[in-house]
Amino acid sequence: MGERLLDVNDLHVHFATEDGVVRAVDGVSFELERGDVFGIVGESGSGKSVTAMTLMGLTRGVNAHFEGEVMYKGKDLLNISEREFQDYRGAEIGMIFQDPMTSLNPVYRIGDQIVEAIRAHEGVDRRTAQRRAVELLRQVGIPNPESRVDDFPHQFSGGMRQRAMIAIALSCNPDILIADEPTTALDVTIQAQIIELISRLKDDFNSAVILITHDLGVVADIADDIIVMYAGRVVERAATRELFYNPQMPYTWGLLGSIPRLDRPRPERLHSIKGAPPSLINMPPGCKFRPRCPHAFEKCTQEPQLENHVESAAHLDRCWLDTDYKRAHRDATISGGHTEAA
Amino acid sequence: MLAFLVRRAIGAVLVCAAVTFIVFLIFIVVPGGGPYGTAERIAGKNATTQNIINIEHQWAFDRPFYVQYWRMMKKMFDGSLVSYTSQQNVVSQIVQGMPATFSLTIGAGVIWLFFGICVGVISALTAGRLSDRVITVLALIGISMPVFWLGLVARYYLAEGGFITFFPDGEYVPFTNSPTAWFAHLILPWLVLAVLFIGFYGRVLRGNILDTVNEDFVRTAKAKGLTPRRILIRHVLRTSLIPVVTLFGLDFASVLGGGAILTETVFDLHGVGQYAAQSINNFDLPPIMGVTMYGAFFIVVFSVIVDLFYAYLDPRIRPT
Amino acid sequence: MSQRAGGTEFTLDTAAELAGETVAAEIRGRSPWYLAWRRLRRNYVAFFFLLIFLLVIVACALAPLYASHVAHSGPDANHILETVKVNGHPVQVVSKGGVINGKLVPSLPIGPTWFGGGGKFVLGADGPNGRDEAVRLLYGGRNSLIVGIGSSAICVFFAVVLALLAGYFRGWIDFVITRFFDLFYAFPVVLLGIALGSALAINGFHHFGISVQPGSLWIPTLVISYVLVPYVGRPLRGQVLSLREKEFVEAAIAQGASPLRVMFSELLPNLASSVLVFFTLIIANNIVLEAALSFLGAGVQPPTSSWGTLISTGRDFIVTRPWLSLAPGIAIVLTVLSLNVFGDGLRDALDPRAKVKVQH
Repeated sequence: MGERLLDVNDLHVHFATEDGVVRAVDGVSFELERGDVFGIVGESGSGKSVTAMTLMGLTRGVNAHFEGEVMYKGKDLLNISEREFQDYRGAEIGMIFQDPMTSLNPVYRIGDQIVEAIRAHEGVDRRTAQRRAVELLRQVGIPNPESRVDDFPHQFSGGMRQRAMIAIALSCNPDILIADEPTTALDVTIQAQIIELISRLKDDFNSAVILITHDLGVVADIADDIIVMYAGRVVERAATRELFYNPQMPYTWGLLGSIPRLDRPRPERLHSIKGAPPSLINMPPGCKFRPRCPHAFEKCTQEPQLENHVESAAHLDRCWLDTDYKRAHRDATISGGHTEAA
Repeated sequence: MLAFLVRRAIGAVLVCAAVTFIVFLIFIVVPGGGPYGTAERIAGKNATTQNIINIEHQWAFDRPFYVQYWRMMKKMFDGSLVSYTSQQNVVSQIVQGMPATFSLTIGAGVIWLFFGICVGVISALTAGRLSDRVITVLALIGISMPVFWLGLVARYYLAEGGFITFFPDGEYVPFTNSPTAWFAHLILPWLVLAVLFIGFYGRVLRGNILDTVNEDFVRTAKAKGLTPRRILIRHVLRTSLIPVVTLFGLDFASVLGGGAILTETVFDLHGVGQYAAQSINNFDLPPIMGVTMYGAFFIVVFSVIVDLFYAYLDPRIRPT
Repeated sequence: MSQRAGGTEFTLDTAAELAGETVAAEIRGRSPWYLAWRRLRRNYVAFFFLLIFLLVIVACALAPLYASHVAHSGPDANHILETVKVNGHPVQVVSKGGVINGKLVPSLPIGPTWFGGGGKFVLGADGPNGRDEAVRLLYGGRNSLIVGIGSSAICVFFAVVLALLAGYFRGWIDFVITRFFDLFYAFPVVLLGIALGSALAINGFHHFGISVQPGSLWIPTLVISYVLVPYVGRPLRGQVLSLREKEFVEAAIAQGASPLRVMFSELLPNLASSVLVFFTLIIANNIVLEAALSFLGAGVQPPTSSWGTLISTGRDFIVTRPWLSLAPGIAIVLTVLSLNVFGDGLRDALDPRAKVKVQH
């Protein structure tokens, strides 16, 4: 589509802890081009947030160990110095986080926090920066930005705070915006507005977006491509439509099935994926989803590779199941009803 | 803002009124019923029978409680509160002692706040490493030392010849007499009083910094690409210092209002605290009453000021 | 390749059935107390200092043994006119003074013999009565520890009760209790201690049917516990208030549990770790406070002795016999330091991110 901005190749992020080595991200690859909206979907502990924070260099520490490459415009972000990274953060890659109330410093005015972001990278004077802050607030849809720019975070509502966060993240025109669960802490009605805002701003600022969430409903609208992560790995990857209409991983089926749907017969119980994600320290051998998968069989003791099994060449998945079998059982699994015998 | 101020002021007045009542309870009511009558206790050690009768009359101990309370209040505020043991007017003695007490407290306060912050920041920045551990140990020892004992030891070793006689041996020299002498005589008391607080404040600040560093808004600051120095000062310290500053306000008032008693006594500074201490030895109650009440008043007023300052520092507290 | 007929039950047993192998190690649930104990166990420094504290207690408890078998002297026994053999030379226990360092010293007690005198006057004698300082140190220590630990126990007890009442019932009960706390926060601790201590020192306490004589150790104990109650009560009340909002408390109330039951079974266990840490740190605080009050004369009254009174009487001889004041001070520092270090370790073990702090 557009210019290739980001190239993540086989990223591994391990943390040494007193209980063992936590393999938070275990071989993740994807690419991002200008104008894309890229979705990363998974449960807590799947490694999606760690991946995002690694792109910003926020996971660096004494106990962190990185492998692979994160190529941004030709430079491997895993190898640059902290000083260099400071220049990238905010100016080239911006990030917004899950809880806007705690992500904003409560003792500084909103305008000052935006100005701070601007002046960290651009040598403009306060007045110019202040004017830009007002403009940014207007762009993110805050009414009366001239007066609200002097408010404190606690005077904003949740949705407005997230808009302010977006304004801060975009203040230096970064080429990539990473949104880590931007709507999880907000009301459902506000969620839609924020997602729509992100999409619109992506076009206005001509940048790319990485959208991280556990909720497939959130990415359905605006994402172009999606990867599904589980236990630190990518288990499925496809263009959005393809993922929703032809999902190949039983885990993805579980995620889709756990979205309450109005157009399906009402199940007796709200469908959920039983069990819990595996410990990232002592991972079971073979397919990581096996213990929770109703369709697991002997071959699953061997770890599947991320491969293409369907017509659409860009659609990869990590599952041994035969595609016909999947087609036969998929809908039943998703809707939680009874199955026919194989 | 004005409404807030008015409300706090009214609250402060109420608390002061309650304080006077408490003082009345403590000194007049609570000790009652024992071998010594109330008038005898107020009269002090060398009282004659005539004294006691006079006091009983003046303080209205033969009348109901509320009359006694009223009399006590009158004495407190019209300057006629007198120590029967020393024949001196309590209020004038308190006023005389104030310069010394103020000099001691303000000087020590500046020192302990400054060094406390330094120590806290250093030990937080080097958390877990040797310098942090050393500071923690020193701080723990510092807060484990009774301040009066440390003063005694310091005075003995550093001023009276135990080791050196470099420092002046106690006593207070008014600033107006000689600034250098004033300073020299106060260094040791300042340091002794500050040691305890430096240790405590250092630990509090260290804890606050280490907690604040994990806050989400610090993560945001990092994500904006700010330099570590800017993040430390404008985000981490700005937030971590708030509780320290409020703590300082209260501790300062508490020391000024009488906590410095011990240091003054040990160094013979003849401030308000020492005045109270001497009165204790003689079981001379009127001065202790006076000092207690004025000490409490000072804290109440000071805490209103501290509240205002806190509202300035943390916008969330401000009434909109 | 056979495939299982897919059911829609996602269970953990599937894999185990298939391969007969063990699933990744099950997560064993451990109680927070066990975890805390495990953390504490690894903290050798904290345990070392706990040991020191216990040794101090034992030493003071064995004061009578020391007195009779080592020093051959009681704590109040005068030895003014006696002579003692120190390293072979006879030395007068209390000798005539003179002018020392330009100051007139009326009488001069013997300095520390450091076991050269066969166990007598190890730390010297106090002036002007010639009493064995080491013996007085141990006996005085007993009183200091009794007052310190006793006042802490009483203080924490009342603070917990008030905090539970205020936090559970809220409303006007909370209002009254909080006002009570606030009121005493207005008084500097030392000043209030002095006020109460000196007021009660002459007459004792004779109200509510209790009668305490002025010389009793109960006076400083009660005074100190009373003065500290707001400092422990306020933070605990805050905790109770936030615990009160938690669902398990609401659930217990909804099930018809009585207030007493809720306070005992739901609130109190969750407060326990804070209370434990507070208790340890308050003992440290109270030992110092008692020493300060006794030093000024508003705490333990002579003839009863404590470390504070010892420092005070030793003060007159600080130039000639510094050990009279140094020894009790060192004893206090040692005791309080061990309590502080152990309390720190306890707090870290119980909750590595706890915010339990004792405000002075």
